[in-house]
Parts: sequence; C-alpha cells; structure tokens
Amino acid sequence: MSFNNFSHELTLFQKIKNYDFILLFCILILGITSIFTMYSTDGGEVLFHTKSHFVKFSIFFPMMIVLSFINIKYWHAGSYLFYILILGLLVWVALYGVTASGSRRWINLYFLNLQPSELMKIAVILCLAKFFHRIRTTSTNSFTSILVSLTIIIIPSILVITQPDLGTAILISFSGLIILWFSGLRIKYFIYSFLIFITSLPFIISFLKPYQKLRILTFINPERDPLGSGYQIIQSKIAVGSGGLTGKGFLKGTQSYLDFLPEKHTDFIFTLFSEEFGFIGSILLLLLYSIIIYRIIRAGLISRSFFSRLFCFGFSFAIFLYVATNISMVLGLLPTVGSPLPIMSYGGSSLLATMIGFSIVLSASINHRQNIS
Amino acid sequence: MFDESDNVRKINTINRRLFIITAAKILVFFGLTSRLFSLQVKQNNKYLTLSDKNRIRESKLHPVRGEFKDYFGNVIAGNNEVYQLHIVPEQVEDFRYITLRLKNILNLSEREFQKIHKKRKKIKAWETIVVSDNLTWEQFSKVNNYLHELIGVKTVLSISRIYPFNENYTHVLGYVSQANEKDIIDNENIKEKFVPGIRVGKTGLEKTFENVLLGENDIQRFEVNAYGRKISQLNYQKGSKGQDLNLTIDTEIQKLCTELLKDKAGSICVMDIFSGEIIAMQSSPSFDPNLFLFGINQDDWQLIRNDPMKPLLNKTINGRYSPGSTIKPIVALSALENEVINPEFTVHCKGHKHPLELYGQTYHCWKKEGHGFVNLREGMKQSCDIYFYEISRRLGVDRLSETAKKFGLGEKVFGGLFENEKKGLVPNTMWKKNALGQSWVLGETIITGIGQGFIQTTPIQLCLMTAQIANGGYKIHPKIVLNNDQQYLDKYKPLFKNSKNIKLIQKAMFSSTNEVRGTSYKSRIDDPKYRFAGKTGTAQVKRITEKDRELDLKTFEIPYEERDHALYVAFGPYKNPRYATSIIIEHGGSGGTTAAPIAKKLFKLIVDRHKLRQSVKEKKYWDI
Repeated sequence: MSFNNFSHELTLFQKIKNYDFILLFCILILGITSIFTMYSTDGGEVLFHTKSHFVKFSIFFPMMIVLSFINIKYWHAGSYLFYILILGLLVWVALYGVTASGSRRWINLYFLNLQPSELMKIAVILCLAKFFHRIRTTSTNSFTSILVSLTIIIIPSILVITQPDLGTAILISFSGLIILWFSGLRIKYFIYSFLIFITSLPFIISFLKPYQKLRILTFINPERDPLGSGYQIIQSKIAVGSGGLTGKGFLKGTQSYLDFLPEKHTDFIFTLFSEEFGFIGSILLLLLYSIIIYRIIRAGLISRSFFSRLFCFGFSFAIFLYVATNISMVLGLLPTVGSPLPIMSYGGSSLLATMIGFSIVLSASINHRQNIS
Repeated sequence: MFDESDNVRKINTINRRLFIITAAKILVFFGLTSRLFSLQVKQNNKYLTLSDKNRIRESKLHPVRGEFKDYFGNVIAGNNEVYQLHIVPEQVEDFRYITLRLKNILNLSEREFQKIHKKRKKIKAWETIVVSDNLTWEQFSKVNNYLHELIGVKTVLSISRIYPFNENYTHVLGYVSQANEKDIIDNENIKEKFVPGIRVGKTGLEKTFENVLLGENDIQRFEVNAYGRKISQLNYQKGSKGQDLNLTIDTEIQKLCTELLKDKAGSICVMDIFSGEIIAMQSSPSFDPNLFLFGINQDDWQLIRNDPMKPLLNKTINGRYSPGSTIKPIVALSALENEVINPEFTVHCKGHKHPLELYGQTYHCWKKEGHGFVNLREGMKQSCDIYFYEISRRLGVDRLSETAKKFGLGEKVFGGLFENEKKGLVPNTMWKKNALGQSWVLGETIITGIGQGFIQTTPIQLCLMTAQIANGGYKIHPKIVLNNDQQYLDKYKPLFKNSKNIKLIQKAMFSSTNEVRGTSYKSRIDDPKYRFAGKTGTAQVKRITEKDRELDLKTFEIPYEERDHALYVAFGPYKNPRYATSIIIEHGGSGGTTAAPIAKKLFKLIVDRHKLRQSVKEKKYWDI
C-alpha cells in the first residue's frame, strides 16, 4: 500500500471513507429547510412552487451524489469542454432564447427552461482553475495568460449583460476574478483595476439603463418612492425587522402571507425565512452556510492537486458571494440586483449549477490524494 | 510536464491568499449578523408596528345613537331597524345585468341607476355599494324573492333614527341627517367617529347633545393583504350606545299644543313655575323630521323652505315679538316696586277723542270709548293703555328695563342649550345711545309701557316671566333635559322688594281673566280646580294710522301680513299655581279673541296631567 501511488484507483470502501458526510448532511439540511420555506411562501399549502422545488431537489441531490463519484481528473479533463458547451448555450440563448419579463435568459428544453448563465457561474471557475493549473507560476503574470483568463471571464459576462442580467454577470465576473486572485496574480493589478473602476464609475453610470439607475437611487434612499421602486426593499426590511428575536413562527409571517413581499420565492426568500424564524433562525442559517463554506475550503486544503484546490477555493468564494450579496440586498445594504440564495431560492438552473459545484467539491475530497498532471 | 516544486509554490501563494479572503468573509458575515441584530432585535418594535400597520385595517361601524324620551319615558326619538340593499361588485358576475334587474324590481329612477354605476367606478371591487339605505317593506320582500338569482346582492339590517311623534317634537329635538363636511370640521367627536353615511344632529337638541348621543363605534379589525383585500376578521370591539336623554316634556300636552296651533303660525310653551321644567314647547307650523333621515327630496324641501309661515323657525325661542300688553304686569310691578304709584293710583281714560298728547304726538288707548277712571287692578284687567302710558312716563324706561331684565327678558332663557336662541331686546337709554347713537325720547318710554317700540321678547321669555310672577317672584332656571340638571346657586332667589306687590299683580291678572270686563273673561274656566289667571296682548305689526283708526276693520278684513300678533300669558291653577304658559299666534288678531281661548283648552289638560306627573316625580325619588 503506497500513498505515493498517484495512479492508484480507490476502492468503493475507500471512497466512502473519504466522503465528506458533514458537507453532504449540511446540503441535505439546507435542502429540506428550503422546501419547508417554499411551503410557507405558498401560504402553507403544497402548491406549484413547493412541488416543483421538491421535485427538483430530489432529482438533483441524488444526481450530485452520483456525480461526486466521478474522479476529479475527469472533471479536469472536461473543464474546457464544459465551458465551451455552456458558452455555446449562452450564444444559443442570445439567438433563440425564451424571453420573459423583458430579458432573454432561458432555453426551452421542453421539460424545463434552462438558464445557462447560472451554469456559467460554475463553468467559468472550472475553466480558469484548469487554465491556471496548467501554467507555471512564472507565467501566471505574463501578458498572454492575463489576456486569456480575462477573455474567459469577459465573453460570457458580456453575453449575460446583453440578456440583460446585470446581477448574474457581476457574479460570473467576480467568480472568475477570484480565481485570478487565488492563482497568484499580482496584488497591484487588483489595486490598479480597482482604482480605474472607481474613477470610471461616473462614466459607467451614464451607460446604465434607466431602471438600473433607479435601483441605485432607491438603494441610497428607499423612502424616495415607497410605493414604487422603494417598495420591495422597505417591505423586506419591515418583514425582517418585525421577525424579532425568535420570529413570528412557521407559516405565520404576515408580510409574506399577505403578499407584501415581492419575489418571495426567489430573491427575497431569506426575508420570509427571517420573518418567520427571527434573528436566531437567521443566524443558524448563516451558520449552516458558514459550515458549508468551511467544508468546501477544507476539501481544497486537503487536496493534493492545484486544480482541486483552486476550484474549491473559488467555489467556496462563489457560495459566499451569493449568500452575502443576497442577504445584503434584502437587508438594504446593497442595491437590488437579481441574485438567488443558493439552494434556498426557487430556480432549477441555479440549483443545478450549485449541485454540480458541490459534486465536484465532494469528488475533490474523495480523491484528495489524486494528482492531476 | 508536472513540476512538483512549482506546485508547492503555487500552493503557498494560494494558501496565503485564502487567508486574506477568509478574513474578509468572516468580516462580511459579522457585518451581516450585526445588521440582522440591529433590524430584528434593536429596532424590532419599530418594524413590528410598521408590519401591523401594513396588515391591520380598522373599520368603524355606525354607532348607535342615544334616544330621547319624554318625561314619562316614552321614546320620542328612537332607533329604527331599516333594511339596506348592498352590492359587492366582486361577487357579481355581470354588474350591468344585476343592476338592471334591481332597477326593475325596486323601480329605481334612471338617475338612481346612473348613481350606482358612478359609485361602482369609485370603489374597489370588493367594497360595498349601498344601493338603498331604506328599503320599504314591499321592496324588501320583493328583493328577497329574487335574491337567489341576484348573486352578490344582499339585504342588510341597519339602524336609523325615527321620530315616532313626527312633527310634534321637531323644533325641540331638531333632526338628524347625513353628516356633511361642515359638521365634521366643526365637531372633533364626529370626525373621530365618522363612518360614511353617519347621521348627526343638524338642529335643536340633537345637535346640542351630539357628543353625548353619538355613542361609540363598533370596531372591526381586519387583516388585509398587500392589495387591501380583507383576509380575516381579527377582533370585534363592541361599541356602546350613546346616552339616552329624558326631556321634561309631556307628550300628551305637546300633542295638544300641536293640535291647537294647527294651521296657524305661532308658539305655545308651558312651564313648571317651581322647577322651571318645560312641559310643552311647540312652534307652528312644524314639519316631519323623518323626511330628513335619508336625505329630503327637493320638492319637500322647497315646500318647507318657501312656506310663508316659516316652519324652519322655532318661534318659541327664535321668534322675536313685541310683547304688547303682556308686558303690563312687569310695568305695573316695576312701578309698584319703585314706589312710583300705589295700587289706588287712578288715571282717567277718555277714549279716542281725548288721547294722551305729548310734544305733539298722540297716544291712543285701544278702546274707542275709553275706560273712564281706572286704578291698577282695573287698568290691568281691561288692559287700559292710557293707564300704562301714565305710569311708564312716571317710571321711566331705565327702571322698567331693570325689572324686566330681572324677570328674564332680554337674555337667553336656556343659555347655550339651543344654538340659535334669541336674546330679544329690553331697551333703555344707555342701549339706545350705544346702539343707535341717539338720545332716548320720552315717547318711546310711553310705548315701551304697552310693549311696543324697541322692546322685543321671545315666547319662552314671556313664559318665564309669567312663571316667576306666578311662583311669588322667585328666580327659576328653565330646563328641558332632565339629565342635564345643573345646580344653580341663585335658585329661588327673590326678585321682588316687597312680596305684596307680586300678590297685587297676580290678583290683577286673575281679574283680567275671571272678572267681567276682563280682556280674556270669555276664556275663563269657572271650576276652581282649573281656574287660571292671565294677561292678553296684541302686538301691532305696523303702525296704526288715523285712517286705520277710522276704518276700525275687523281682523279678517286686514291682509294676513298686517294683522296683529295675538299673545296670551297665563298661570294656573289660580288657588295653588303650578304652571305658566305663553301663547303667541302670529297675525292672529287680538290676544283676547285668538290666544286666550287656546289657554282655556290647554289648562284643562295641564291640570289633569299634574297628578300623573307628580306620581312619576315621587317614584323617581323612591328610586333614589
């Protein structure tokens, strides 16, 4: 028995022994919580959203377990292909996508509407992880590698912005940029680009669409139009604030039950959760996310291969980013940009992408001794 | 291809950077936690209030108005159940069809039909349209027959005012009608309890006691959703009925007054001379206050408004009349009190050929032939004007006005109880100088002595004046609402210097009614039980010219507007006085022929009802 035998195939028993059951368990708990929360958004009845979310979770969760037994090296091998496939889907969306509420985001697959931009959040991490895994440290900061990696980020971002879906585009680019950060891109580049961003901010704002400008103005002062654009955020704050320490109780959130909360199934699901379970419930939910994020980082830390490590760190940051953005948004700390809460929010593509990400992480932790050449 | 050392270097970098990122993550999560803490724990109360404001709507219901009862507890302004017809547009499949059906069933006019459709446009689909707030029994049963076909239409039992004695109490109670903008602005209480269609007092006691009568709303608290739709009723807070008020009025006597005043313009009021309780108080013509409950129709309103007899005026307290000869008891009393004359003072009345002449002006007695030599008693009995010219000349207007004011003339009898009670006017030299900027002329004193000229009184003032003479000259405070019993310090304060003078006046008034040649001798009652004393009065509406005097027309020959007002004040029973009354018939001719006979009919009932009234009073004491 040699630990240095890189090409050694693990037995099923070893795989199970390596399996990160804590992460699996946390995901399951989160999934169950999300189904119950969805049940509450439906007004305490098993209606469309509850059923649909339940069905999706019970398909994707086993699927995640199955996928997690795929060796990480195959994920590594298929990374570019996966990225190109999703990019192709994005182009397909731009050409033949389904339009709903003013933006073209979906592909009609007859049995479900797929939103490739959600999958792109994972694909860009996967692709860049492979890219930086394959180049030497010395060439990380070379012009070509920066150019290539930025191209990998910018092409899908532009495609998503034109849908238009600013929120997802920002999340995609941040997920990509964090890989650049982890792979050792010089810190001064980050500082320079940040300064350039700040100085060009007025210029960027002039390019924003009127409704996006309105969102920013509303973020600065929601009371300027309490029944219009400020309505969402005011009602959301009322819901969260009225929850108190212990919450109003399951199925007793008046704000959501009486339809004061907009988009309670998707982006504002945390508001409902927080109203019904209060400060304690919200802290527990944050704790659950923290454990998940920690387990992902841990999977990266124990991984021998740089690819696994890079992917895990990137993905952990992505999860953190989604959670932080979403909660900040509903608490009125950020302007309202569409960003779902992972697993909790209703939405099949987002759930699918998150589950794929988790299956890669689980695979990485099973095969943490695996070296990838 | 694979470089182990490069991998190690990469891993070192990535771990270092992970450390920075993780620190940032912890910081952000800590920030989120503190934000949650500030919203949910520190500002919880603020947001909880906002959330309740979001979801809870209160709806007030029509409060139940307090009732008015007469002295014997009969309801004179009560609450009646009425049937209303409501439509909830949301539940109606075809609104136009349903309303057309209703139009046929209820015989609605085209205008009412349009009104429903106008209302429909103003409200949300789940709110209620009140199609009719007072269905007749026929309409109600007819609608109920078709109700199974009219989905979304329902009949509702509601409460409305009713005045069972119709026109009898109109001027005392006033009436209620839908609150308008002015009512809401003027009365904070109405504003607070306002519900659409609330009825509030517009005049009379209904208005004065609005705050007491109004009652508390029932309050329904509903949970509503973001669109304002009612989801569930959270609680129902029962309000309370407004306070009931008992009046001092006897409905039987009130009804008789109405009857006696039928087809005449005028007023009757009856007062208890010791307690000041108003036994009856009616102004004629009156109108049916029930007409105003659901909005009076234009024809009825024009009829009331344009009636030359002025039904809207409560003549008892708002009508200002020259008291005519009914002032004479006060003039005589003032002269006696000021010791200007003694009872044996005599004046020679020589008739129209020899009138009193003063600075070229002549002053006639009403009797062409003259009364001959008259003393106080005869002067009062026959109402000799010459006699009163002479004593008022000697008395002077200032001393006269002092006495008159003491007996309640020239000031509001009920204080602030009725919002538009008139003060009347008791002139004196000071008043004329201040008001008109002219000096007083002796001739004005002369005519004030027979109740003409500037002097103006309301019927209730004359009644009070008579009551205070009848009770031996003591001050009383008239009241009409039993519950509203204020304590007066000066109750039964004597108004005289010498009680003998009051007795003399009482006797003179007795003779005027019960002795031959008395002005109201024809209206006397011989039965000592009912016997009363009184003083007639005939107030000129226009100046009598020489020509008129020559023509000497009968009342019915003069145009209505130029006829004299007939007045009569009386008290009785004479042996043991208890009640005083004042009667005014506008343009009725002379007091002796028109007003005094009314008193005769009135006193019989008043005295007969006395025992019953007394028994109620005793019973009341027992209750305590």
